[in-house]
Amino acid sequence: MAFTEKDVDYIANLARLSLSPQETKQFTSQLDKILSYVHKLDELNTESVEPTAHILPVNNVFRADEPKTCPNAQYAVEQAPELINGLFSVPKVIE
Amino acid sequence: MTLYAKTAVELLAMMRRKEACAREIVESVFQRIEAINDKLNAFVALDKEGALKKADEVDRKRAAGEPLGELAGIPVGIKDNLCNHTHPTTCASNILQGYNAAFTGTAVRKLHKADAVIIGNLNMDEFAMGSSCETSFYGPCKNPWNLDYIPGGSSGGSASAVAADMAVMTLGSDTGGSIRQPASLCGVVGMKPTYGRVSRFGLVAFASSLDQIGPITKTVEDNALLLKVISGHDTHDSTSIDTPVPDYLSLLDKPLKGLKIGIPKEYFIDGMDAEVEQSVRAGIDTLKKLGAETVDISLPHTEYAVSTYYIIATAEASSNLARFDGVRYGNRTKNPSDLKELYYKSRSEGFGDEVKRRILLGTYVLSSGYYDAYYKKAQKVRTLIRQDFTKAFEKVDCIITPVSPTPAFKLGEKINDPLTMYLGDIFTISINLAGLPALSVPCGFSGNGLPIGMQIIGKTLDEERILQIGHVFEKNTLFHKEKPALG
Amino acid sequence: MEFEAVIGLETHVQLNTKTKLFCSCPTTFGAEPNTQVCPICMGHPGVLPVLNKQAMEYAIITGLALNCEISTFSKFDRKNYFYPDLPKAYQVSQFDKPICGKGYVTIVDNGVEKKIGITRAHLEEDAGKLLHNEAGGKSGVDLNRTGIPLLEIVSEPDIRTPEEAYLYLQALKNIIQYLSVSDCNMEEGSLRCDANVSVRPKGQKEFGTKAEIKNMNSFRNVQRAIAYEIERQIDEITSGGKIVQETRLWDADRNITLPMRSKEEAHDYRYFPEPDLVPMVNEQSYFDELKKRIPELPYPRMLRFINQFSLPQYDAEMLTNDKSLAEFFETCTTLYDDPKIISNWILSELLRELNDRKINISQCTITPGKLTDMLKLIKDGTISGKIAKSVFIDMCETGKTATQIVNDKGLTQISDTSEIQKIVEDIIAQNPKVVEEYKAGKEKSFMFLIGQIMRATRGKANPAMVNEMLRKALD
Repeated sequence: MAFTEKDVDYIANLARLSLSPQETKQFTSQLDKILSYVHKLDELNTESVEPTAHILPVNNVFRADEPKTCPNAQYAVEQAPELINGLFSVPKVIE
Repeated sequence: MTLYAKTAVELLAMMRRKEACAREIVESVFQRIEAINDKLNAFVALDKEGALKKADEVDRKRAAGEPLGELAGIPVGIKDNLCNHTHPTTCASNILQGYNAAFTGTAVRKLHKADAVIIGNLNMDEFAMGSSCETSFYGPCKNPWNLDYIPGGSSGGSASAVAADMAVMTLGSDTGGSIRQPASLCGVVGMKPTYGRVSRFGLVAFASSLDQIGPITKTVEDNALLLKVISGHDTHDSTSIDTPVPDYLSLLDKPLKGLKIGIPKEYFIDGMDAEVEQSVRAGIDTLKKLGAETVDISLPHTEYAVSTYYIIATAEASSNLARFDGVRYGNRTKNPSDLKELYYKSRSEGFGDEVKRRILLGTYVLSSGYYDAYYKKAQKVRTLIRQDFTKAFEKVDCIITPVSPTPAFKLGEKINDPLTMYLGDIFTISINLAGLPALSVPCGFSGNGLPIGMQIIGKTLDEERILQIGHVFEKNTLFHKEKPALG
Repeated sequence: MEFEAVIGLETHVQLNTKTKLFCSCPTTFGAEPNTQVCPICMGHPGVLPVLNKQAMEYAIITGLALNCEISTFSKFDRKNYFYPDLPKAYQVSQFDKPICGKGYVTIVDNGVEKKIGITRAHLEEDAGKLLHNEAGGKSGVDLNRTGIPLLEIVSEPDIRTPEEAYLYLQALKNIIQYLSVSDCNMEEGSLRCDANVSVRPKGQKEFGTKAEIKNMNSFRNVQRAIAYEIERQIDEITSGGKIVQETRLWDADRNITLPMRSKEEAHDYRYFPEPDLVPMVNEQSYFDELKKRIPELPYPRMLRFINQFSLPQYDAEMLTNDKSLAEFFETCTTLYDDPKIISNWILSELLRELNDRKINISQCTITPGKLTDMLKLIKDGTISGKIAKSVFIDMCETGKTATQIVNDKGLTQISDTSEIQKIVEDIIAQNPKVVEEYKAGKEKSFMFLIGQIMRATRGKANPAMVNEMLRKALD
């Protein structure tokens, strides 16, 4: 299945990236090449293989339910490019 | 020898003997940085004031006989993707210009606690995506052995700075070879620890299931020292391993007699760089002379590693980098007319081409209808790659391979050919997929004077053994003593 | 043609842990914007999540109470989408290995028992709040709520009527409140519900095209919105139209559902396993241990109340809807041996007091001991039922016991025959005209005379005695 500019448009939209026509063209050809290479994996029969999501044999890592006020909260909030009344400002959102 | 050129172990001894103080060392290192950083572009942020303040504190503590940390007074540089509260952390990206870390990550906190002197942030490929340090927003970092060549990546700045004596030791991060490959190409020692050995809390994520922080140093001794400081269980990282950390430095002197080294045939292939093969084979011979034996092994799924890696790493990256949206921090486009414009413009202005390429690829392999064919398939092949190593380690104590198929290449040589660039990671990425520790040590030079590294891969949590091997090798070779002829 | 509705509900319940799901920020409601935050829940670069064990336990306990299969292996996944209230641009949720699998909730509709299936219940983190119309016509984001643990409970499409939907939610809420794992307050947003509604001709097996209804802020609104939506869909179909799959918002002011204004994105959430969190692997023995913490639940308790106390179903249901009320009632029954009388007093006088004062039973001065002491005063004739009602109000206000109030105000019932006889005679003497009317057959006049006697005794005369003695004196 060929990888097309339409595919790039679709994923660029999902990833919230705007691409110029030239970029779209370039990424299409590069990703097409990479994906063709990646299809090498199809050579392997993996039907009975369990996928690896975690490399570690670690389970059940928990935290106790004890509240802590973060001393860095204010500093973190102040990194915002635009605040209104302590809120992170974004252009008007219509629901 | 000037102070800046010494190792951490040497400098600590000098300070103990009162032959040097922390301030002198830090000043010496800054002199070096001021003299040559413009040529190399290794540091992207410096904190001379903070460094001198810390050096004075160390000197005062020492004079007062107060207890000192294990790295007291040692100038350490950190990769630009490690959070150090109130200091810039930009991942060499435009999207994080002006951002100061909102907290201190665990590895950096451990540096502070060990009384290390943090001198600044090191150049890297943008968001650690690259193998050449050319995708940095700050421009490429250079290889100190030849300024026309790349230092490797993504921790290019971390390796370049150590090789050029601008830092005594540095921290890098390794997702697919990003510590080992630049260490190899710059002729220094680099370790990717076992996944989970060093906390990732405070490391800006590229690919969460692969990322590890690790040390880049001038010697294996220094590497052992720094690794011990940054390792250990962390309650802030659910994927951190709860196993005690050995005192690697004091355990280094173990003879090689009886050591079984696995030589995987898939890592010595036709068409690979002859000088690289020669140097690595010569390195293995040295170890054999010192009492080790070699065993021919096979890691049959090696040829699938690049595909597997680029699916998993980009998928995770596409999600990890989604948070850069111009709302809470980082680049925000000027006067967005609506939400859509805020997102699309802030992100498109903020990210460079390689990052966009990987976000797109990662988004694609996770998208509806493709998940099973790509992501799930890659996770399954990841299992096969792990199993290759598990089987191999039933027969051997370590595996030795080249780090990079070639020595450093020229700036600009591969930047427009992503697939070729990705294929250069062939010898390092399987180790990340399997979560194993691996060390890169200098083992030779190419005909045109560029360093070549040898990779020693260990069993899970067996950093101790690969450091011992590296240390014995280093004691019996001179490659690590060579210095680039910089002004 | 006759139509049938097919309804499924997705209910988000905020678990009332002290801290968020993946960081230690407090979860208190109503703090200043962006004050209960940290780099982790704000999605700053370099942060990592660590799971709150209490949240997992609450999810398991809830699952057990909803008769769910609990997963011995469960994991988290990332659900990727961009929205300003979602700082990481992914929500940590559960995709293919939810903590709770299939279960059911029992409802009783007009005396008929029905089981509504639960498809699954999974843990996820809440999003922040997007506030509209801030300065300059912009929107603003408050992240205090971000990361609060949610349990999303998905029902099977087993619900057929708006009433059943209401009953399901009521039953779910009652169970969860019994478990004390959530406040289930729809106004404060600690319980949120979306409805999937479709209709089909009766007898047809296939589902019709569904609409998802959002923005309902009370159980009654859910019921109304579904009722409206069913009617709308039937109208649409019978007039030759087609149902489009869409999200519609309930407009409570106009009592209608409307399509969302913003163009909906094609959903492609790109779920994948959350690499920053490790799986939850638990054994059956652990679930058995947690099961011991589950109290008797509302439905079985209601059945027991009917059997054990011979209460009508209405009383049993009302009493068991609220755990503390049910407990209050049960304590009373150990102190006074007439469950129906106790139930009457709780469901009428006590509930009225609680509603009037907008308090719950634990904040009220009435204890089971105080209530039953008062009932004993009625029974032994010290006060009449009518006086008791005013005594009860006094008890609520002052916190005094019934005996104290009766003594202080001299409210003891007059049961002395000669005393009552004297008053009866006085009243007869004072009202000759009325007496005549009574004798002429006007029964109302009798009641007037009773009233006069009670007034003369300030209500304290034993009503039964007054009745009997007046009758005797007149006949």
